[in-house]
Amino acid sequence: MPGRVQSVERAAAILQVLASEAQPTPLHHLASALGLAKGTAHGLLQTLKDVGFVDQDEESGLYAVGVGLLQLAAPALDHNELRSRAINWADALASRTHLAVHVGTLEGAGVVVVHHVFRPDSRPQTLVTGTSFPLHASALGKVLLAHDPRAMRAAMASGLESHTYRTVVDWPALQRQLADVRDVGWAADVEEREPGVAALAAPVRDRSGYVVAAIGVEGAPDELCDARSRPLVSVAGHVTDAARAVSRELGHGRRP
Amino acid sequence: MKRSFVAAIDQGTTSTRCLLFDRSGRMVSVAQRPHQQHYPRPGWVEHDAAEIWQITRELLPQALEDAAVDASEVVSLGVTNQRETTVVWDRATGAPVGPAIVWQDVRTADRLAELTDHADPDWLAERTGLPLSSYPSGPTLRWLLDSDPGLRERAEAGELLFGTMDTWLVWNLTGGLHVTDVTNASRTLLMDLRTLAWDPELLACMRIPASMLPEIRPSIGVVGTTRHGVPGIPIGALVGDQQASLLGQTAFDKGEAKCTFGTGSFLLLNTGTEVVRSSSGLITTLAASAEGEPATYALEGSVAAAGSLVEWCRTSLGLIRTAPEIETLAATVEDNGGCVIVPAFSGLYAPHWEPDAQGTVLGLTSYIEKGHLARAVLEAVAWQTRDVVDAMTKDAGAAMAFLAVDGGMTANNLLMQTVADVLDVPVIRPMMAESVSLGAAYAAGLAVGYWPDRSVLRSHWHRAAEWRSQVGAAARDEAHAAWRDAVALSIAWGHRQGARRHGPPGVADDGRAPIH
Repeated sequence: MPGRVQSVERAAAILQVLASEAQPTPLHHLASALGLAKGTAHGLLQTLKDVGFVDQDEESGLYAVGVGLLQLAAPALDHNELRSRAINWADALASRTHLAVHVGTLEGAGVVVVHHVFRPDSRPQTLVTGTSFPLHASALGKVLLAHDPRAMRAAMASGLESHTYRTVVDWPALQRQLADVRDVGWAADVEEREPGVAALAAPVRDRSGYVVAAIGVEGAPDELCDARSRPLVSVAGHVTDAARAVSRELGHGRRP
Repeated sequence: MKRSFVAAIDQGTTSTRCLLFDRSGRMVSVAQRPHQQHYPRPGWVEHDAAEIWQITRELLPQALEDAAVDASEVVSLGVTNQRETTVVWDRATGAPVGPAIVWQDVRTADRLAELTDHADPDWLAERTGLPLSSYPSGPTLRWLLDSDPGLRERAEAGELLFGTMDTWLVWNLTGGLHVTDVTNASRTLLMDLRTLAWDPELLACMRIPASMLPEIRPSIGVVGTTRHGVPGIPIGALVGDQQASLLGQTAFDKGEAKCTFGTGSFLLLNTGTEVVRSSSGLITTLAASAEGEPATYALEGSVAAAGSLVEWCRTSLGLIRTAPEIETLAATVEDNGGCVIVPAFSGLYAPHWEPDAQGTVLGLTSYIEKGHLARAVLEAVAWQTRDVVDAMTKDAGAAMAFLAVDGGMTANNLLMQTVADVLDVPVIRPMMAESVSLGAAYAAGLAVGYWPDRSVLRSHWHRAAEWRSQVGAAARDEAHAAWRDAVALSIAWGHRQGARRHGPPGVADDGRAPIH
């Protein structure tokens, strides 16, 4: 029988300690609890952080169990299952806002559109289901970036590419936007992905509260924004209502 | 203006739903719960009517609560339902005398001549619009009364009531009103399609005591007021599920059609006030009726295995965990890999009418994996739809410009694309895929003047998605030929010497000739 792999044992021990701590934990505490040199513990923690099993707070430097680890237990949401759960509320959203509706979820380094409802007017339109939008330049993507560390890792790996002259391509500005997204509960993109197109999106959560998708509307900038290019709160309200309804459909906020 | 809503109860084959809609026809709330399916013997399908009522009475307040709507804000309730499912209950106690026998149940399939006293099927079809099959509730009711002399005695004594699910729910909601509507009554084989009344000759040949039958009302019109579930709401409409979705699609006029993809798939074409007879065995049925207006009719063709085929992949084959995953699985491969499935689980219905045909899986090689099977399943739904569309356009004498679709399976983009590929016409999903519930709500709203007329409802109809064919004529024709060959083989397999359908006991192994 092969011997036990020491680094796997140590990594498991780190996760056990983190899981048992109620508070985010400093490096020295972990190292001393496990009898490891600080350098060794640090190396293990960085790898665990890279794969998403551990989160590190940027300012305090403290460690906690990562979202990626928690998501291991729950099977990934099937795209077609998501569409099937979202379809009625997406219809209602399109009908209320008179705008096109997209539902998107993380796939690779982008947000893939899994459902598309035409805007309710007679102009010719084509389904864009299956298309991938950039994370940092779309409202759907910003919702995922703001809530899902896996999306953030994907964006950091692929960089901030410019799509229009309005695309946010520097990290501090994007981080400020993402903080706003978390505060207000919705994200906007005004001609950042495509000239002449604006979008608003809000997070869709699963039973355990994780953001697994985003739902949003798309239209001309003057349909979604006021004269100073600020997104209309009335439209955002419809979007967050729809997102809440789809989340309920996925079991969020329902009794177990 | 004070806000107000209409409610719909959609009592379906696998679940019951209660929905609220606003004046623009937008869904504001939905509460849903599945009920148990019982398969006591091969080919038998039963529901517990008491369970369904219990679920319904809980869903109605839940739907109101979810949207923070007060009962006084609900101006009308429409009831739509799985059609043909047969319930018999005690007039005095309200207790069902046994399980509800579901429309999918084939227990009567091989005894239909006997159950109709050997009435001429052509005469039956002329009077009722229905080809003789296991679907209508009349022969099922006769089967039930024949199966137990005690039941027949109580029925003859006027102690028992019969109803389809609409009747059962309204009886419970109102505390004892025994009514149905023309669309549901037209599926019993007991109603004259022209007079819209129970037909004494039909009742006689199925030995049904008239005292069991509900009063037939127009589909659109207030029948009573709820006393249970949520009290005080006028019940403004009763309408069978497929006719409801015709209303939900606002296919009010002659020549307008829709196809609903649910457990089965159902294509209905509005033929206006004209009763059109099919040359390929499609059903002639009621589209709807309203107080003081002439009734409108429809041609109907159905595909028995649509959603139920996907469900079979999930429960019997274990290929997928949830129904929508069929699309994920099918998308793992480029094409069907040469595999064709004919899901003739209980024979082939319109336009083939081969009750002995048996399901087949063709073209198996070691190359075939489960993704190919999933794709063949979706293609089977599409080709069966094509067969019905072809029959219907022949009867109607006009080609279809596009196919308006609805129902839960329209969430399956690959299926919708395949239907467009196979039909070579655009497939259009309207903004509200739940057109069954929406249609019931429309009917209920029209009954109380919530909407002044049908033209207002038309303005609610918008395209939500559209699929156009992405295959060339040569590829389509080749696939069509393969499908036709597969259907022929499925029929031949059922007719082969010594064929035994592993269906209900007594089928084909009791020495009686199968009835065609």
